[in-house]
Amino acid sequence: MTPFGFTVVVLVISYAAGLLGSLVGVGGGIIVVPALTLLMGVGIQKAIAASIISVIATSSGAAASYVSEGITNMRLGMVLEVATVAGALTGAWLAADVPGRGLYLIFATVLAYTVWSMLRPPAHRAVPAPDAMADRLRLHGSFFDRSLGKEVSYRVSRTKLGLSVSYVAGVASGLLGIGGGVLKVPVMNVAMGMPIKACTATSNFMIGVTAATSAAVYLMRGEVLPFIAAPVAVGVLLGARTGARLMGGMRNQAIRYIFVAVLGVSALQMLLKGLR
Amino acid sequence: MTSHPKRKVARTEDTISRVLRTGVNASLVLLAAGTLLSFLGTGYGGRSSDVARLTGAGGSFPRTFSWFVAGLLHLDGQAVIVAGLLLLIATPVARVAVSMAAFSVERNRTYVAITALVLLLLLLSFALGMAA
Repeated sequence: MTPFGFTVVVLVISYAAGLLGSLVGVGGGIIVVPALTLLMGVGIQKAIAASIISVIATSSGAAASYVSEGITNMRLGMVLEVATVAGALTGAWLAADVPGRGLYLIFATVLAYTVWSMLRPPAHRAVPAPDAMADRLRLHGSFFDRSLGKEVSYRVSRTKLGLSVSYVAGVASGLLGIGGGVLKVPVMNVAMGMPIKACTATSNFMIGVTAATSAAVYLMRGEVLPFIAAPVAVGVLLGARTGARLMGGMRNQAIRYIFVAVLGVSALQMLLKGLR
Repeated sequence: MTSHPKRKVARTEDTISRVLRTGVNASLVLLAAGTLLSFLGTGYGGRSSDVARLTGAGGSFPRTFSWFVAGLLHLDGQAVIVAGLLLLIATPVARVAVSMAAFSVERNRTYVAITALVLLLLLLSFALGMAA
């Protein structure tokens, strides 16, 4: 393959990753990393560096639309960012001392449990509970759902649980280099009682900030290769823009199923890494 | 303005959305231009052995300030791409800073403190990451 061919293939794959990631609030690393390593023969370190760039691109590429459409719950996003960035700091701190394999297995289990909790019928989901913290921080929200053709308002419950899970998601991203979206979306949807679109848009809003510092560090260390990162970023940015245009009009159930599929694939990837 | 709380929120959202859109569009232009320059110049080459070189150690760029500035002045493709990547990475951080400013205009002390804490933690983790 010539450099031109490589660029075109990476552009197309990254467009798909950006489209998928922006719909469900994850960074697209589950597509970018295996595609670069298995298909294009790129080393794992360089692939992870490129995928961190893709997390930022997904986030910023889609967030502009989600924020102006009002789907993103910005206040909640900023509150949870404190926990998730603090978690990422802890994770980077611990990284040297923790065995990777066991961690992957733990995460595979957590994600498998999450698949199960997301697939349960609504009757089994946590009932909204009064939450003084959410009231004080004015976290409750509303947005216009284009697929339903009406304004949807919701009350946020269990902010403390959301903060704890966001912290753990931050630790995971610091330790394993994964975006925390796979953990943040379920906790917002299942425990905090938010509509799925608000969850994926808000997760999408947050993941760019968490990834920004690690991306800067990878760039300064020379792990980010311009030849790979440029088509990844361009493809993901364009894909995320398309995804953000589509998401508002999509059925909630469809987004839920796509997210669960992404979750299942992530769980499998973690399991394979843990068993290797 | 307290009688129009909704309008105020909408304005903050527009500002943040504009910051994100501007950052993304500018980095898109730089990344695409840098890639084009690399193909037009001698940077990338056209043989399949070039892919192995560019995705290996040979694809790394000299990480010095003087290389970066000189590269930009000479329209070196790799330097233009690095400028696009730096801008892309800076965009979410700029978004946090702009939110902090927007909240302080609203005199929303709680959220000024929250966004300031996020910024502080970001700077701290960047400093620790560089030290490691």
